[in-house]
Amino acid sequence: MFDYETLRVIWWALLGILLIGFAIMDGFDFGIAALLRVLSRTEEERLVLLETIEPTWEGNQVWFILGGGAAFAAWPMLYAVSFSGMYLAIFLVLLAFIMRPVGFNFRGKVHDPRWRDVWDWVLVLSGVVVMLISGVAFGNLFLGVPFQFDGNLRMTWHGSFFELLHPFALVAGLVSLSMLLAHGACWAAYKADHVIAERAARVARWTTLAYTVFYVLAGIWLAYGVAGYAIVGPVVTDGPSNPLYKDVARGSSWFASYMQYPWFWAAPVLGLLGAVGVQLSVARRGLGAFLCSSVMVAGTILSAGFALFPFLLPSSLDPRSSLTVWDASSSRGTLELMLGAAVVFMPIIIAYTSWVFHVLRGRVTLEHIRESGHTY
Amino acid sequence: MIIDADVVSLSRMQFALTALYHFLFVPLTLGLVWMLAIMESVYVMTGREVWKRMTQFWGILFGINFAMGVATGVTMEFQFGMNWAYYAHYVGDVFGTPLAIEGLMAFFLEATLVGLFFVGWNRVSRVTHLLVTWFLALATSLSALWILIANGWMQNPVGSAFNPETMRMEVTSFSEVFFNPVAQAKFVHTVSAGYVLGSMFVLSISAWYLLRGRNVDFAKRSMTVAASFGLAASLSVVVLGDVSGYAVSQNQKMKMAAIEAMWETEPAPASFTLFGIPDIQNRTTHFALRIPWVMGLIGTHSIDEPIPGIHDLVDDAKSRIGQGIVAYDAMLVLREDRNNAQAKAILAAHDKDLGYALLLKRYIDDPRKATPEDVQRAADSTIPNVPVLFWAFRVMVACGFYFIALFAFSFWKASKRQLDKDRWYLRLALCSLPLPWLAAELGWIVAEYGRQPWSIEGVLPTALGVSSVTTGQVWTSLGGFVLFYTALAVIDVVLMVKFARKGPDGLGLWPPGQPSPAPAATTIAAQA
Repeated sequence: MFDYETLRVIWWALLGILLIGFAIMDGFDFGIAALLRVLSRTEEERLVLLETIEPTWEGNQVWFILGGGAAFAAWPMLYAVSFSGMYLAIFLVLLAFIMRPVGFNFRGKVHDPRWRDVWDWVLVLSGVVVMLISGVAFGNLFLGVPFQFDGNLRMTWHGSFFELLHPFALVAGLVSLSMLLAHGACWAAYKADHVIAERAARVARWTTLAYTVFYVLAGIWLAYGVAGYAIVGPVVTDGPSNPLYKDVARGSSWFASYMQYPWFWAAPVLGLLGAVGVQLSVARRGLGAFLCSSVMVAGTILSAGFALFPFLLPSSLDPRSSLTVWDASSSRGTLELMLGAAVVFMPIIIAYTSWVFHVLRGRVTLEHIRESGHTY
Repeated sequence: MIIDADVVSLSRMQFALTALYHFLFVPLTLGLVWMLAIMESVYVMTGREVWKRMTQFWGILFGINFAMGVATGVTMEFQFGMNWAYYAHYVGDVFGTPLAIEGLMAFFLEATLVGLFFVGWNRVSRVTHLLVTWFLALATSLSALWILIANGWMQNPVGSAFNPETMRMEVTSFSEVFFNPVAQAKFVHTVSAGYVLGSMFVLSISAWYLLRGRNVDFAKRSMTVAASFGLAASLSVVVLGDVSGYAVSQNQKMKMAAIEAMWETEPAPASFTLFGIPDIQNRTTHFALRIPWVMGLIGTHSIDEPIPGIHDLVDDAKSRIGQGIVAYDAMLVLREDRNNAQAKAILAAHDKDLGYALLLKRYIDDPRKATPEDVQRAADSTIPNVPVLFWAFRVMVACGFYFIALFAFSFWKASKRQLDKDRWYLRLALCSLPLPWLAAELGWIVAEYGRQPWSIEGVLPTALGVSSVTTGQVWTSLGGFVLFYTALAVIDVVLMVKFARKGPDGLGLWPPGQPSPAPAATTIAAQA
């Protein structure tokens, strides 16, 4: 139906969509978890905040699980190299993902303030860890990471956990952290009792401001301080997925693809417009600000993906080993079948997710918590 | 490069621990959710409040378990990339697809609906809520289907071929992968095991209430559901386990021989060793108590087909290693010269045995330079741990037959309305609680430990699949898992026991009208 090149571009886009889906849908859960002790003063208020996310976070998290599964199936090398190479960082993220479900479920099961405090901080920490580390990891993509393949395509990694903490990567981590905190605050402003919503709106404005500063800083740093990668020689877009068949040079600009396709600029512009939108509308505590922060999240991730294109994971150690859209995918048959599955199931997923959010519509108020207790 | 044997052992230990741990929660989710669906259906059909309260009460325990299942399931997905990167690269094209479809088709639905199951009682109509529960149940079993299609391919790698250009296995036929007979047999066997476990959970805890004289109506009804569902499930787990055994004998002859500790090929139909002490050193089984014909019937569903013994299978492996070296040689030629037609033809003729040459990688870097001793070592390494498989299998099967007996007896007592009559029976039902877990974990050991030394049978040796991580990294994560998982296990058990002890009466769920601090339906968690 589609040729191999088109399928690869489609799957690159789908990987981006899953990542954006995860950041928008689960991002606000992480943001609220991290802000749990900032936005609330009393146990009742905490219950309100938790109630705004508890019935839906589990489904939202599947965007991440599915992203991992899709990377495994469609970009097996990307999945293998990044998860094994950044071993300890990924392990920390994994611990956060392990502690979160039990945190939500177990917190209310024992009536003891100390018990609840422990789980509160577990939730806060799991939120911060995931937001920060995913940003740092993304930052490292631009710097290139130290891996290489041998002739059997077995990957070896020659770096440590602390080498991931390059200052540029840390700024990328702060972009991610401030962006998703703002996104979570916008959800709380829309969904939680007005007492909390007012606080959340203030937090949203400050974190959005921080996001804007970090994002612009990261962009300038990327333009002037970080060397880009480029494929040299003929670019084969429909050949077998073997990274060693090409050559890569370092030294160009990460903005090269923006020069080649000027419409890519729409992504960073959308990101920043989203931030402005949050500043203008969050005081009204409606759905508008949350939609703006969603645009901000989508624009930010797209802008990073566009800059990297066609690279997925550049290698600083052996640039030839770098993974690109053209040489790290699954076979054509697999991409085709998986595309079929995605086309059939994504609309169904979106339909029942929307229905669940529709059923749970409305603001979670303090009266509601007092009347009916904590229901999850 | 030679693979670091310590990294292999540590990674295997970590995978086994986390998988066995995850598999403590999965079968209970699989089984209990259908009990909820049945109870709620009765509620919607009869309108009797007690059935709704039953659904809600067992739902609390389901929720605690579900959270643990989700938390430990993420680990499984992460680990293929973290610790088994070469595996992920080598088979991601085939193995990744069912995992991704599991997410799209099943897990998304399951995870999205589970929240509504808990908070939706007053937000949607009765029938809609029932539909939510049914879809939740359906999604959990569908989830198991896709995971077992992935696992079935590891046992019986159909529909795929090695591609020397990309140095990995690639799909040649999805329908063969999806309709893999091993996967189908494993699916029905595994979900049935989950249904047995869920039934036992309800049966045992209800028996405890009856022993205490608490929640009598509530417990008797729950037991009746558990007895009927459990009887059907335990019959299915044994019968379909047999189908699974047949499938194994067709493509994993070594696993079959190891389960039976069958060193020599016997004339058909082979006898079944009911008891014996397998001796790896001398390659024999002491004190064997054999039942004639039975093994031949189970393994081949015929009386004239022989089942090969371990010694003959090692000889087979030796000759396949020889063929594999030819394929490996052709692969190296192709690496230097992509278009060498002669090498392509040689590889195509021998690529089914390429994996056997890779077995040598544990001992030498270049399989082409293998000495006859190396080949012998590699061929011997295809024998799994015979005593462990022999015993794990027998204990599992014994559990299976015990479950049939217990559920049949429970069903009979339920139909006579005498569930609360005999205290010895109630005690027996209570004490049987851990057995389905034991059987399920042993089943995992038979299936996966019995697959060794392969991660993909005949294609990729386990040792070759590991990541290039350091022992220090794996020690760190293994230590972290032991620490966190132990803590979570303690909390999980404490909460389960706490809520089971409170019971529907202590939680103000049943009987209605007893004093409770807040409207019962919506304060389940808050009251705890």
